[in-house]
This record gives sequence, C-alpha cells and structure tokens, in this order.
Amino acid sequence: MFVRFLTAIGAVVLSFFIYLGEIIMLAAESLRSAATHRMRWRLFMRQMVDIGLLSQLVVVITGGFTGAVFAAQTYFQFNKLGVASGVGAVVSAALFRELGPVLTGLMVTGRVGAAMSAEIGTMKVTEQIDALRALAVHPVDYLVVPRMLAMMISMPLLVAECIGFGLVASYLVSVHVLDISGPYYVANMVRWTLMRDIIMGLTKGFCFALLIVFISCHKGLNSREGAVGVGRATTEAVVNSSLAILISNFFLTMFLNVIFPAGWQ
Amino acid sequence: MKTEDSATAVEKGSDSLSLNSAPMIAVRGLKKRIGSQEILRGVDVSVGAAETLVIIGRSGGGKSVLLKNLIGLMQPNEGEIWIDGQNIIGLSERRLAGIRRKVGILFQAGALFDSMTVEENIAFPLREAGERDGRVIGRKIAEILEVIELEGQQKKMPVNLSGGMKKRVGLARAIINRPSCILYDEPTAGLDPVVSDSINHLIRRLQEHFHVTSVVVTHDMKSAFHVGDRIAYLHEGRIYFSGTPEEIQASTDPLIQDFLIGRATLAD
Repeated sequence: MFVRFLTAIGAVVLSFFIYLGEIIMLAAESLRSAATHRMRWRLFMRQMVDIGLLSQLVVVITGGFTGAVFAAQTYFQFNKLGVASGVGAVVSAALFRELGPVLTGLMVTGRVGAAMSAEIGTMKVTEQIDALRALAVHPVDYLVVPRMLAMMISMPLLVAECIGFGLVASYLVSVHVLDISGPYYVANMVRWTLMRDIIMGLTKGFCFALLIVFISCHKGLNSREGAVGVGRATTEAVVNSSLAILISNFFLTMFLNVIFPAGWQ
Repeated sequence: MKTEDSATAVEKGSDSLSLNSAPMIAVRGLKKRIGSQEILRGVDVSVGAAETLVIIGRSGGGKSVLLKNLIGLMQPNEGEIWIDGQNIIGLSERRLAGIRRKVGILFQAGALFDSMTVEENIAFPLREAGERDGRVIGRKIAEILEVIELEGQQKKMPVNLSGGMKKRVGLARAIINRPSCILYDEPTAGLDPVVSDSINHLIRRLQEHFHVTSVVVTHDMKSAFHVGDRIAYLHEGRIYFSGTPEEIQASTDPLIQDFLIGRATLAD
C-alpha cells in the first residue's frame, strides 16, 4: 500500500519534471531559432495584430475597472484614518507592481494562450504540422518563433496600457465620485511611484509573455486524440499558464524586490 | 507455417527492378512500436530510381507508419532507412530538412493548411525555398493547376473543396518543387472511380515525364495495378510478398489471393 502510494507520487513528480524539461527545451529551441534562422515577418505582423492589437479592449476594461474598484476599496479604509489623499499612491504602486502585470497576464492567457493552443493543436491533429515538417519547415520556426516575438513585444505594452487605464479610472473615481482632492491625489501618486515600480511591472509582463507562449504552444504541439485532445490541450494551456503566472509572480516579486525595492529607502 | 509461406512467397516474387538500378530508398530491418503494439517487425524493402513501388496490406497493418518513417515524420525503434544514399535514422529535425526537400508526400486527407487558399498552399514550398518573384510563382501555380485539372479554383479555401480536390491540391503542393521522390498515402481512398482514375493517371504521368521515384500506399488494387512497377504486400509488420503486378496476380498464395479478391477468412 505504502509502496504503491510512493510509486504514484514518484510518477507525478517525474511527469512534472519531464513536462518542465519539454517546456525548457521548446524555449531553448525557439530562442536559438529566433537568433539563427530567418524571420517570417508576415507571420510576426499577423501575430502582433492578433496578440497586441486585438487584446486591447480586454486589457483596457480589465485595467480600468480594477483601478476603479481598487481606488474605491482603498478609499473606504483610508478615509477612516484620514489619509484619503494617499489612495493614489497605493493604487499606483499596486497596479505597477502586481495587479497590472498579473491581471493582464491572466486575460491574455484566456484570449491568446487558448487560441494559440487550439490553433496549433488543430494543425497537429489534422496532419498540418506533419505537412510543414515534410515540406522541410521546422514547426518551431514557423509556429512558435513569430508568436514568441510578438508576445515579448506586446505583453509589456499591454501591461503598460492596463496600468495606464487603471490609473485614469482610479483618478476619475477618486476625484469625481469619492471627492478626494485631485492635486493631492496626483502629487502623492507621482511621489510614491518610482521608476523601479515601472520596470518591475514591465519585467513581469515580459516574463509572463514567455510563460504563456511556451506553455500554450507546447500544449498545442503535443495535443492528441482529435477534437477531444485539442479541447483538453486548450484547457490545460489556460490552466497551466494561469497557475504558472500566479506562482511565478510570487517568486518574481521576491526576486525583483531585491533589485527594485518597494517605496523610498 | 507463416514463415515458410512468407519465404516461398518472396521467392515467387522478384526484386529485379530495385536490384538493377541504384536504390533511391532502401529500408533494412525496420521495426516500429507504438505503445505496446509492434507495428513494423522488420521491414526490408528497396525502391529503385524512377520506380513506382506500391505497398498494399490490411487496414492498420502499418503501411502509413512505414511511409511516415521514410520521411522522418516518425522515428523507428530499430533498422535503417537510406534515402538517396543517406541514412536518415537519428538525424535531427533540422538535418532532415535536406532529405525532405528531395521527397514530397501526399497525405491521406491532403493535410492542406486550412488558413490558406489553394494557391497559397501550392505556393508555400516555393516561398519557403526562397522564391519571391510573384510572376514566377503565379506561372508555376497556373502550370500545376492545369496538371491537376483545377484551373480557376486557386482562390478557394480548403474547407470549400471536395475530398478529391483536396488530394489534388495536396499533390500539387508536394510536387511543385519537383522532388525526386514522392510518397503517396492512400491517394485514391474515399474518391469516386472517375477522380481515382484521374489521380492514377497523374501518378503515372509524373513518373513517365519527370522520372520520379514513387512509393504508393493503397488498398485499391485497381490503382495498384495501374501505377505500380512493383507491388509489396505488408503483412503482420513484414514484407510478405514483393513482385511485379503480373507476379502477384499469378501468385497462388492463399493470403495474397484473399487480399486480391477481397475474401474474408473465417478468422476475420
């Protein structure tokens, strides 16, 4: 009984490390391909449109309403302490360091990661990837690299957009709905928002981009068993990417806080 | 019993075409397992330059697996595959690219890129080979559409094509860069007799005009006799019989006869 339990645990741990190894190998192959093989600019531009341009509405709404509700909740607490003008500083730091990159990452996972996995998975089960290989085209060069580069560029910009709309929405709610003094709000926000907060948010966005693209493409490239397999790969891509974002966010926060510590030192 | 039958059957057939010319494809002791199932149990076969070998056999007998091994889309567990004098076993995906430029493949369902039109599908190998001149690409597409008798269909998406049209577009894509060898996976499966006949003529024409080496996997005996210089019968993971169409027709081996006339044995 105990041996069987240990064997089951061992199998799960082993399969996790195999999965991790496959993701790392895909990442290494993609980075090597991007550095050494010709770029397919048309595919890259198409991905920039799909990932960057068409994700804007989702990101703007997410950032805007998160900023608004976070400003309101902070105000409800801070007002009791008589420091309502500090709302801007708190909202700004939270959006730059945590909420902006994480929420953008989760929304892009749902919109873009799922599409990547489903599209590549469908190509896999309909032998289109075999056709690519038979035509002497490496699937990583053709399918993964344009998506990877588009994600690397788009995600930091989407994070910045999410944060920007969050800040605007929080200002509008704080000043026009909650009657916080506008100049104090802005002054505190600017005073307590440092360049290192901005760098931290954009760095996280870049890291999440890599997680989303490699996890989603890996799931697509390895999907099986027809429509059911593609569906399963898509679900797993979204779940795994979301979990990877949330888990890595903690470690990124701890690590980046050493380089870019929060607040005035 | 089976071994004796097999030995006798192979002796009855001939391997003369492949022995008379340098083999374009040579397979030695090929074994392939998928999961716990042993699909190929030691396949030995060779195909001479400009020869058409037809591989026949029961459904699920490993014909398509053998074809995918020939182009490196699957890796065998044991054995050797020589394509144009180069052993492809163990080559990385990138190093296989050189071999794959010499070998075209027609997939069973066409495997067209569903996000591209017919002409984009056909132009794909040209663009990947570095051709940028739109006029050259357009001229080659027009020529190949005429060959596959699909003029005027170049703007259609694959979803709007019939099964036969998809196969013909897939064939056009496979041959537009003039490979020296073409692999056909069930080229006439699921097609009506007229379209099947046009595909058979096309395969034959490619061999006669361009001296292409061909390997055709099929169940369709009419097609096998039409296009094949030699026919190999794959049975239980091994080549059970290899000979000319006349030799296989003359064979008295019950297993071969059952397959040729489509007779089920009691065990089936």
